[in-house]
Amino acid sequence: MIKSIQELEEIRKKALEELEFRKQHGEGIRVVVGMATCGIAAGARPVMLKFVEEIQKRNLRNVTVVQTGCIGLCKYEPIVEVYEPNKEKVTYVKMTPEKVLKVVAEHLVNGKPVYEYTIGYEENKEANN
Amino acid sequence: MPLYRAHVLVCGGTGCTSGGSDKIYDAFLKEIEAQNLKDEIQVIRTGCFGLCAEGPIVIVYPEGAFYSKVADSDVKEIVEEHLLKGRIVKRLLYKESIEEGQIKSLNEVKFYKKQMRIALRNCGVINPENIEEYIAYDGYKALAKVLTEMTPEQVIDWVKRSGLRGRGGGGFPTGLKWEFAAKAPGDVKYVVCNADEGDPGAYMDRSILEGDPHSVIEAMAIAGYAIGSKQGYVYVRAEYPLAVKRLEIAIEQARQYGLLGKNILGTGFEFDIEIRLGAGAFVCGEETALMTSIEGHRGEPRPRPPFPAVKGLWGKPTLLNNVETYANIPVIILKGPEWFASIGTEKSKGTKVFALVGKVNNTGLIEVPMGTTVREIVEDIGGGIPGGKKFKAVQTGGPSGGCIPASLMDTPIDFDSLTALGTMMGSGGMIVMDEDTCMVDIAKFFLEFTVDESCGKCPPCRIGTRRMLEILQKITSGNGTEEDLEKLEELAYSIKDSALCGLGQTAPNPVLSTLRYFRDEYEAHVKEKRCPAGACKALLRIVIDKDLCKGCGICAKNCPANAITGQIKKPFEIDQSKCIKCGVCIEKCPFKAISKKA
Ligand SMILES: Cc1cc2nc3c(=O)[nH]c(=O)nc-3n(C[C@H](O)[C@H](O)[C@H](O)COP(=O)(O)O)c2cc1C
Ligand code: SF4
Ligand code: SF4
Ligand code: SF4
Ligand code: FES
Ligand code: FES
Repeated sequence: MIKSIQELEEIRKKALEELEFRKQHGEGIRVVVGMATCGIAAGARPVMLKFVEEIQKRNLRNVTVVQTGCIGLCKYEPIVEVYEPNKEKVTYVKMTPEKVLKVVAEHLVNGKPVYEYTIGYEENKEANN
Repeated sequence: MPLYRAHVLVCGGTGCTSGGSDKIYDAFLKEIEAQNLKDEIQVIRTGCFGLCAEGPIVIVYPEGAFYSKVADSDVKEIVEEHLLKGRIVKRLLYKESIEEGQIKSLNEVKFYKKQMRIALRNCGVINPENIEEYIAYDGYKALAKVLTEMTPEQVIDWVKRSGLRGRGGGGFPTGLKWEFAAKAPGDVKYVVCNADEGDPGAYMDRSILEGDPHSVIEAMAIAGYAIGSKQGYVYVRAEYPLAVKRLEIAIEQARQYGLLGKNILGTGFEFDIEIRLGAGAFVCGEETALMTSIEGHRGEPRPRPPFPAVKGLWGKPTLLNNVETYANIPVIILKGPEWFASIGTEKSKGTKVFALVGKVNNTGLIEVPMGTTVREIVEDIGGGIPGGKKFKAVQTGGPSGGCIPASLMDTPIDFDSLTALGTMMGSGGMIVMDEDTCMVDIAKFFLEFTVDESCGKCPPCRIGTRRMLEILQKITSGNGTEEDLEKLEELAYSIKDSALCGLGQTAPNPVLSTLRYFRDEYEAHVKEKRCPAGACKALLRIVIDKDLCKGCGICAKNCPANAITGQIKKPFEIDQSKCIKCGVCIEKCPFKAISKKA
């Protein structure tokens, strides 16, 4: 029973959040998980599920999780790319469910990419050596 | 609602369901279960997306991949490739929705670009069986607004200022009708929704009820508040089982949420709705017949006045509107009358939903601002005529309407321009015809419909339309005379003037309209015994080209009517009086010497 407009409004807000990602080309953050054969073999599914779980737990309504095919860097799988509107994409490599926790907390919530997990970071390290 | 990472929307509209979308829905549930994706992916059955010609349709979010012409055998691939591995199944994507490998948003697709969806705003967008999805998209907000912020007079004033006119055919100003019902004396009043939709080829109202039943429920409650009524009825035909089921679910959910019943939203306002099933007689869509039918009697029209607003159901003041009319109301309340009045033409505001059918590439359900031209609808939205054929006319208004010929394609469509052309808006059936359509035959088709559906109460309609049909049959079978044409016209005008209800009064329209624009076709049938479109079978002639015939005799051997005679090695001949136009000889002649002549 909805007894007041305020209650109706609460239901509306909550329900809308669930549907938000049906909007196309949303303004929000997109987490793209590579889920080709190599990705799945390397454990991309638990990674993706962890993202979904964490995002739900923290109620991050502006984030959608999308899968994609082979990104072409099989030896770095599982690969996750994070697209934020008007920002350069960040590519995380060799992801694990544990690393996901940190990416969600620091990058998705606080807006600070976890560079130590990114490919740019690894390449730089190799180049510096 | 739990969070899912993907939503699979399967069209559950009329077109796609007849194309097997139920099986597709079941297949998705099964595959997703089998792949252990049940907690991640939600499968939803929606209403019509509009592009029925490309159905069955499946949309997968968040990518927004628009899959068309999906078969249940494709489901496994979509689940394994797309949902499991994230690889969109390109071969199934609607071709216009991909550009340089990127999926375009649906609004960018040509079919949707010139459309504006107000009445259809939620169709294909929400799960019609889930009230929370409706609420998410501002559902019941308009009801809340009128109950707490507006007086009934203000509501009526807004509807009047919006310029909304009834979408059930006549185009009567909705606000005015509400005012009449509100001012009519009496404590007990009723709100009725006309969901009879008897026009052949039209399925707009059904699609709204199937795809967004709550919009109609909400609007009826608003109407109840505006005119002072506690009880609504939806009159819907029993042949629409899915619409009835969704409506039942929606009414039940609205009651559970306290949006129907007593003390709605804690404001003390009371309103409830019941469904009444119609048996599917066209005349029961006529308002007086409809009310008689709800009262439990045989659905026969009665003279008006008194109008329903004064003396309707059980003699009480009754407000009766069409499904699409109601579907516009919540948006008008939320966005304001000025917003609505800014769309459309001077005297026809807002949009109109059409069921675009016939000889056009993208058949389906469309909604366009009033004033959109026939050309825009046929060429841009409809994607033109298939098979490189020429556009001939569109028929609007169903059995009560007429046609618009190719020469008037640039007419902006609204209530008044259509009436001026001798046709009408009607409920929104739009049948596209190409050069192969015979206009006399079309007139005959609609008249056959009327003759079948006439309730028989008054002689002009019962007898007159039958006479007209007989004349048309005579003409299309090649036995018509010029006098017949005159008689046809005479009859048409006298039936228009003397029939009791709208059914009989408009029944001659298809004939008058085709006579107006395609008189030459009638004359060809009558004077030259020729059907220019080559559609009237009786007037076709199967002929042998003397120069091509080698005299082999194969045709004569195969002719089931023994209509072909001749001597071997000399050209054969067909006796037209014996020929039954079966076309067998055309197929059998090894030298392509036989053809149809119009
Ligand atoms: C023969 C006949 C059939 C009709 N069928 C329908 C119908 O199926 N649906 C409908 O809404 N109106 C139909 N109408 C028009 C209704 O009588 C009535 O005008 C309309 O429902 C009023 O609603 P509106 O003002 O919202 O258009 C029909 C009228 C006639 C004369
Ligand atoms: S016009 Fe036709 S449908 Fe209408 S009352 Fe007369 S007979 Fe019946
Ligand atoms: S169309 Fe049929 S009936 Fe006519 S001549 Fe050919 S085979 Fe015989
Ligand atoms: S089959 Fe063709 S070629 Fe042979 S007799 Fe008939 S028309 Fe002539
Ligand atoms: S019924 Fe599926 S798009 Fe119309
Ligand atoms: S029998 Fe002579 S050509 Fe066929």
